[in-house]
Amino acid sequence: MDAKPRLLTILDAVTALMMTAATIMVFAYAPMEAVMGPVQKVFYFHVAHSWVGMLSFVVAGIAGIAYLRTKNMKWDIVGLATVELGMVFMLVGIVTGSIWARPIWNTWWTWDPRLTTTTIMELIYAAYLMLRQGIEDPERRARFGAVYAIVGVISVPLTFFSIRIFRTIHPVVIGSGDAGAEGSFDMTPRMLQVFFFSLITFTVFYFDLMWHRIRLGSLAQRVEQLKLRLSE
Amino acid sequence: MNTSAGASEKNQAAETGGAASYFSALWAVIWKDLAAEWRSRELLSAMLVFALLVILIFNFALELDALARNNVTSGVLWVTFAFAGTLGLNRSMAVEKDRGCLDGLLLAPVDRSVIFFGKAISNLVFMLVVAAIVLPVYSILYNVNLFRPGLMLVIFLGSTGYVAVGTLLSSMAVQARTRDILLPILLFPVAIPLLVAAVKASAGFLQALPIEDIRPWLNLLGVYDVIFIAVAFMVFDFVVEE
Repeated sequence: MDAKPRLLTILDAVTALMMTAATIMVFAYAPMEAVMGPVQKVFYFHVAHSWVGMLSFVVAGIAGIAYLRTKNMKWDIVGLATVELGMVFMLVGIVTGSIWARPIWNTWWTWDPRLTTTTIMELIYAAYLMLRQGIEDPERRARFGAVYAIVGVISVPLTFFSIRIFRTIHPVVIGSGDAGAEGSFDMTPRMLQVFFFSLITFTVFYFDLMWHRIRLGSLAQRVEQLKLRLSE
Repeated sequence: MNTSAGASEKNQAAETGGAASYFSALWAVIWKDLAAEWRSRELLSAMLVFALLVILIFNFALELDALARNNVTSGVLWVTFAFAGTLGLNRSMAVEKDRGCLDGLLLAPVDRSVIFFGKAISNLVFMLVVAAIVLPVYSILYNVNLFRPGLMLVIFLGSTGYVAVGTLLSSMAVQARTRDILLPILLFPVAIPLLVAAVKASAGFLQALPIEDIRPWLNLLGVYDVIFIAVAFMVFDFVVEE
């Protein structure tokens, strides 16, 4: 607990290597896309970040269920860690998406199902963090956080479907998510390799950060307990 | 802390009473809320005045002339219901918390879900009463006929889902330090699919679209209601346990 585990140091090094390799691969190995040009490179980061964001919110839901079943504070730390990371990754996903959309869709933003759902997802987890801030008792904070994470993770797919139906009934609004995100160009084998490597890299990066964040969470918890003991 | 005690208590209640005692307990919770509201009238009057004010603001903000009205009526109605609903949900739980009534309810030897369903149903009644008064007022003010069976169904389904999630989240929100501002922040993002479906289905009925166009929205409303009633029912225990 106290000293940094050796395995974590190794994971740090592996992550750093993979990130470097992924960046080099994206810019040097992956072929230039014929129509879109260099801006298409953002795709490798964009999809990877969005995928990790999605993954981390699902993990938050699972951690919530696990907490309510076991009442083990560890799951609460996992839940908070994954929500914080998910918000950052999702935000990077949105920003990189916007950078790509400006030249390709000719707008920074459109109310397309994926974009809207992503935004609402960010808002749900912002609410999660605000809920936690408002509660002092750690045990109750953990319980409420778990409940809200479960409600949130169920609401997200419903939001996606609801906006999906909306668009199919009103085809006025431009661009369905599929055609924009990946359907508009065919990936060559090299692109596919880079794409999957980038996905794996960022997933490893997520687990590395999670480990650090969980360690930080447990240390913070210990500090909190020691403070309580002092004040008694 | 006393989960095991709570659980055994629950089993006892279930064994001794069965369905009849479950429903009489449920009725007791609903009756208590309705009677308290009948005597004080503070919650409904606040919700109503607030709802009418929201409509008034929309009137000036959106220039609700005849053309605009056709397109935005359902949106205006649902924003009004959602805002007024939040007000009611917050108040109805805050009253329980402040006067220590919630502890009393929790001490009662009944299943915890009785408390959840009781509060949810009385909240639903309040929302429907507000809707029942807002609809005719809106109809008179803007000279549109809102009394269509389809719209009634949508309002019922939408309000049901809204109070199911709202009751769960408001019972969390009132236990937080920031409780006055927390409920809408918690509730709106998770209620968006419900509100989208309700607005679209209402607009469909108001514009007399064919039922095939409205059905996906009704289905979504139904699915949302079922899922969230089930989820709230399962996790409510964790929200009120001490």
